[in-house]
Amino acid sequence: MTSRDQIITEIEPIFQDVLDQPNLKLTPESNALNVEDWDSLAHVTLVGAVERRFKLRFTLAELQGLKNIGDMANLIQKKSTK
Amino acid sequence: MKLASCSAIDLLQKKRRLRRELRGSEALRKIRIAILGGTTTNELVDLLELVLLANGFDPVFYQSEYNRFFEDAVLEPEKLSAFRPDVVYVYTHYKNIRNLPAVSASDAQLETSLNRELERFQAIWSSLHQFVGCQVIQNNFELPPSLLGNHDAVVSGGPVRFVNQLNLEFAKRAATDSRLLIHDLNSVAARIGLNHWFDWSRWYSYKILTTPEANLAIARSVAAMISAVRGASRKCLVLDLDNTLWGGAIGDDGLEKIQLGKETALGEAYTAFQEYCLALRGRGVLLTVCSKNNEDVAKSGFTHPSSILKLEHFSAFRANWDPKHDNLRSIALELNLGLESFVFIDDNPAERALVAAQMPEVAVPDVGEDVALYPSIIQAGHYFESVSLSAEDFSRAELYEKNALRSAAQLKFSNYGEYLESLDMTAEIEPFKRMYLDRITQLVNKTNQFNLTTRRYTLAEIERIAGSPEYVTLCGKLTDTFGDNGLVSAIIGRRSGRDLHIDLWIMSCRVLKREMELAMLDALAEACRERAVARLIGSYVPTAKNGLVADHYKTLGFSLIPEEGETGSRWSLDLHNYTPRSKHIRISQAVSLG
Repeated sequence: MTSRDQIITEIEPIFQDVLDQPNLKLTPESNALNVEDWDSLAHVTLVGAVERRFKLRFTLAELQGLKNIGDMANLIQKKSTK
Repeated sequence: MKLASCSAIDLLQKKRRLRRELRGSEALRKIRIAILGGTTTNELVDLLELVLLANGFDPVFYQSEYNRFFEDAVLEPEKLSAFRPDVVYVYTHYKNIRNLPAVSASDAQLETSLNRELERFQAIWSSLHQFVGCQVIQNNFELPPSLLGNHDAVVSGGPVRFVNQLNLEFAKRAATDSRLLIHDLNSVAARIGLNHWFDWSRWYSYKILTTPEANLAIARSVAAMISAVRGASRKCLVLDLDNTLWGGAIGDDGLEKIQLGKETALGEAYTAFQEYCLALRGRGVLLTVCSKNNEDVAKSGFTHPSSILKLEHFSAFRANWDPKHDNLRSIALELNLGLESFVFIDDNPAERALVAAQMPEVAVPDVGEDVALYPSIIQAGHYFESVSLSAEDFSRAELYEKNALRSAAQLKFSNYGEYLESLDMTAEIEPFKRMYLDRITQLVNKTNQFNLTTRRYTLAEIERIAGSPEYVTLCGKLTDTFGDNGLVSAIIGRRSGRDLHIDLWIMSCRVLKREMELAMLDALAEACRERAVARLIGSYVPTAKNGLVADHYKTLGFSLIPEEGETGSRWSLDLHNYTPRSKHIRISQAVSLG
């Protein structure tokens, strides 16, 4: 089973690409407010790219409940081990 | 990273970097595009931007606020008009239809709903024509989700039937309105499949109705239309022979052994591909051969009883052992086409890689090695999109064929004048007429060599100029003993007092060195005399491709207007003692004020 931190490491390059910030570091506390350029338009792409990377789809309710990267990693972990 | 092979998510994920890289390439053509959307349009615009950049355009976008397409077009067109778009794309989905009839609707109610919806969209198009005056692209609708099962398409209240009828009405309106182009969204959706088209999660989350994959397909297809509006479509298919037009190698296997015809599945697929090529030729695409073979052996393949393609269908034929990119260059010279006109089809990946590397302008689709897939792969590239299909398109290949006869005839004369005389040429020269506006726009946007100013105009602009007393317009058709060359030259002159500024002078290279330019000048002088214009002012604006006409005005006896520090040159011709120049062309129709 992949750990939460491991998942965050795997998400990181996607965020670096989409936000065009090669040196961006993600933490469990990263969210749209404290990461530069993470606006609603980037969000659409980020979700799509993460879904493809982990071969899963978030439900509407799950998407609505996401507060930060930690939440997203936990959710990915949960959905991948089902 | 090759854009053509990327998935939508790949492109979106790397969008910012790709945009930076693509924007860095030189010679991008500016284009201003307004997107009036019924859904959130940002993702589509991002993808469209990348595709257009890769096609050599530098797009600037205007986007309506979410679902404000009607308001922006009809109620507040000033903002849009101030953006000065070259193209407006009205991007709507079935969700934006307002007047879907109730499922219990009668025939009469269906009729009423249809008319209401059509009026609503007509109001958009009319307002855009009136206040913005540019080319309008409107998509038709994808089929809606099923409600009544198979009744959807049948009963008067069926949503599928409604969309089908509405799409048909859109097509009818477009047929009578040259400024309205229909983007066939319905077919784009059908090719992807509706199950991969709608994305309900994204609809509720972001008001984007379609998947990234769907948006990329829409972007590619609309980009092809926009490129066509700017005259940037491809014109010529370059075909390999062995394992491309037939199975096997004719040099090794011999005529009897190559796979062609209905006897085997593989042979049938090659025949089908030949039929597809012939159909493309029928709509104006030139076919040429570029093959590593001995010429006589290569040509013998077309004597195969099952060969749909015959030698006379090819506008140029290269079968030799030279590198393929050298052959492409010589085909380009022979046909007077730029490399950006070519699509190169070859089953051999090494040849494809060579041509792609040596000639980035040439489209080299990755067709793989399965001929069964070739037609759909070529279709997916949208290479031959055109704004309108004119009679000219349907007979273009024949025109080029006759050109070959003309070249052969040329060899038999002792001097060039004798040759021109033997061609028995007649020019019909007249002001721009409605029926020719499509063809004129095509010519304006694709002519690079005989083009003094390389100004581009949209159909809407040409229409405005044709109707304005400020301008003197002329277009010329040339007929000779081998047939009709069609509309081959155009001039736009702008009046300023007793001067006429020649904003545009273009001629198709297929009639180079026929003295058609003298006939055009005679007609222009005549049109000027009728309007009391005393002087012609011409300018030459140099580009990478129009060196051919650098001395055009000098040769015609214009005097150079001395100016400092200008790129290019300006020339004037006093018309007081003008005497007609054309010796070998009869001008059949007097130019009148019409």
